[in-house]
Amino acid sequence: MSATLKVRVWRGTESGSYQDFPVPRHESQTVLDVVTHIQRKLDPTLSYRYACRVGMCGSCAMTVNGKARWTCRTHVSVVADGDRVEIGPLRNLPVVKDLVADMAPFFDKWAAAKGRFKGTATRHDDFARVQPDSPKRKLVDESIECIGCGVCYSSCDVVTWKPDYLGPAALTRAWTLVNDVRDDAQRERLEAVAGDAGCHSCHTHMSCTERCPKALSPTAGIAGLKRAVLSAALKGEL
Amino acid sequence: MRNDFRARSHPAYWAFVVHRVSGVALTLFLPLHFWALAQSLQGEARLESFLRWTDHPLVKLSEIGLVLLLAAHMAGGMRLLAIEFLPWRDWHKTLLTAAAAVTVAFGLAFALNLT
Repeated sequence: MSATLKVRVWRGTESGSYQDFPVPRHESQTVLDVVTHIQRKLDPTLSYRYACRVGMCGSCAMTVNGKARWTCRTHVSVVADGDRVEIGPLRNLPVVKDLVADMAPFFDKWAAAKGRFKGTATRHDDFARVQPDSPKRKLVDESIECIGCGVCYSSCDVVTWKPDYLGPAALTRAWTLVNDVRDDAQRERLEAVAGDAGCHSCHTHMSCTERCPKALSPTAGIAGLKRAVLSAALKGEL
Repeated sequence: MRNDFRARSHPAYWAFVVHRVSGVALTLFLPLHFWALAQSLQGEARLESFLRWTDHPLVKLSEIGLVLLLAAHMAGGMRLLAIEFLPWRDWHKTLLTAAAAVTVAFGLAFALNLT
């Protein structure tokens, strides 16, 4: 292990090039530490995005040595190719500048997949009681930890091939709400995810499941949506 | 910006490629298969000469390849059905390994004449 990392960082927007920076190597150094070092010590014009630094906010995702990662919890020792680290913006999203991807299309698709809870209760109603060990509540548990980092969306080839495709995160959000017994927008949601850009476009590459930093499986949620859509169609509800 | 091969280098993606490539190859093979069957309509001698041609070692070898393609496509399809319809979570890589094992088992059984 050499004392200096050879770091290549994307500069520019959609068109641009990688720029090389030498960065001192430290123990337990994260990729976010590397980017921060470059911006604070070597080139203050470098743009990147982060907030919590502890894997909660989902804002620091980038492409590191070709794979989408949450950079705050990715150790250099795990991803470096010898002493080389290549850092670029997330794929499948417009590049604002350098390492900052425009997340608007990503979250627009959450809205398109009806990823918003629609309840019927008012402030005058009692709390909804959902048994923690009920089958549907357990299914909610499987995807509710999504932090919206965009790693799955960036890793998905179907998004690349079919830009309208809602993508793993939006469909996972829809699956969570499909299993929310308090939600009152089930039919609209299934209609939203049953179309050409919805769950049936998934090719089961499983890159989302492979790369999700929270170890969730959007593939499982998408398979669940396919079954839910099939069931509703057979019952004549869609 | 688009991903390159590095983002795709994981077993489930390889399984997708194998399933897709085997599907395309089998589709391309089908016309040849039907043509071979059609030889029987041209008379016994014509079919017999075709069947003699299939005894050629290279044809035999490619038959093993064909069986491997069929087995890979079938095992890959079963894997997809399991993913779509069974409540899997942590065992999808076991499923992948099982699909690969079934493919190799069929190929070996054919190659070693274990029928």
